[in-house]
Amino acid sequence: MIKVSNLTKNFGKLTVLKSINESIKKGEVVVVIGPSGSGKSTFLRCLNLLEEPTSGEINFEGTSITDKSVNINLHREKMGMVFQQFNLFPHMTVLENITIAPIKVKGICKEEAEKTSHRLLKRIGLSDKAQSYPNKLSGGQKQRIAIARALAMSPDVLLFDEPTSALDPEMVGEVLDVMKELASEGMTMVVVTHEMGFAREVASRVLFMDDGQIVEQNTPSQLFSHPQHPRTQDFLSKVL
Amino acid sequence: MDLEFITTYYQFFLSGTINTVLLAFFSVLGGTMVGVILALMKLSEKKPVKFLASAYIEFVRGTPLLVQLFLIYYGLPHIGIDLPDMVAGIFAVSLNSGAYVAEIIRGGIQSIDKGQMEAGRSLGMSYKMTMKEVIIPQAFKNILPALGNEFIVIIKESAIVSVIGIHELMYKTDVVRGITYKPFTPLIVAAIIYFVLTFSISKFLGIAERSMRASD
Repeated sequence: MIKVSNLTKNFGKLTVLKSINESIKKGEVVVVIGPSGSGKSTFLRCLNLLEEPTSGEINFEGTSITDKSVNINLHREKMGMVFQQFNLFPHMTVLENITIAPIKVKGICKEEAEKTSHRLLKRIGLSDKAQSYPNKLSGGQKQRIAIARALAMSPDVLLFDEPTSALDPEMVGEVLDVMKELASEGMTMVVVTHEMGFAREVASRVLFMDDGQIVEQNTPSQLFSHPQHPRTQDFLSKVL
Repeated sequence: MDLEFITTYYQFFLSGTINTVLLAFFSVLGGTMVGVILALMKLSEKKPVKFLASAYIEFVRGTPLLVQLFLIYYGLPHIGIDLPDMVAGIFAVSLNSGAYVAEIIRGGIQSIDKGQMEAGRSLGMSYKMTMKEVIIPQAFKNILPALGNEFIVIIKESAIVSVIGIHELMYKTDVVRGITYKPFTPLIVAAIIYFVLTFSISKFLGIAERSMRASD
């Protein structure tokens, strides 16, 4: 579904991603772990071109989206993203947050979009918050709404950029539960996270990144119990 | 001090005040429109566009309003555009104010967290659509106090358009000075009216701002 070839990203003189090759297949839940500064967020943000790769190619569903002539907006509709800081639109109600993109981008009529949002809100257990503004919600609620907002575009893949890192510990569970449910329904997901429990339980594949490269990858049970690379061993010994 | 003339000529002050307020109001509207366009141009990644906006802003800030006013009032007929005096006045003050408003708006837009733009773009919204639906509505709320301040500045500075014969407060005051042969006292009346206008607007803005913050 997503094929990354020779992806390199520089910030000035600093090379953050060093010629990464990776494929993500439909229905996979790929969890990316690694120390901070290893390039995992940048890697994720390159997938929907929020960061423009310095060189290399991203192919999404058969289209080379790094090609300058491609209208990236059309492809981003199919790639939802959930951010560490939620990034809900504070001047809109929860309902408006979820319906704006379907209405404005896809041209779906308001009634239809609202029906879909109510269904999504019910699913994440926040039906009573439709008319609330984001600043009245807890972090966990905000992140669940952000997930619903991304889902409202019916994306083919969801990208999660440390979705639980800005949450109070007691709210991490409710967000992970929603993500687990999505995974069990076969949603293709790429998740950058520090939640090793989530990786172990839900991932179909875990990538360990360090210093701008994917150092090692394997199924979670293999990677966590038998890490091959010394840097993976070192990292896991510190976080587990 | 003989204030007899007020009862005779209060109509002059009244219509002058109304014109001043109209002129200021439409100039703020026009200035905001010019300002939004200039601000977006300044934030553009295209160098020539950015340069054009910067050059305009620097020119306007670096030359007197009086000169700009004359340039427009006497210049437009040269290129075949004949505007009524009032419209020409509003046009000139708007173009001037736009340069200042542009900087206010640019600051407002840049104060919005960049995650907002990223969230909009990640949903498939274009840069333009995200600006219009997400960034500018939030920025606008932040810059409203500064815009209100600009309104007050324009009320005061609009006195200058009396030189091209627009019948606003200053012009009318001059008329009264002429008719009554009183060079001084009508100016006191004008000063008081200007002060009452600006003071009440600033009080009103203060209230509006507090109630908006309450809804946060």
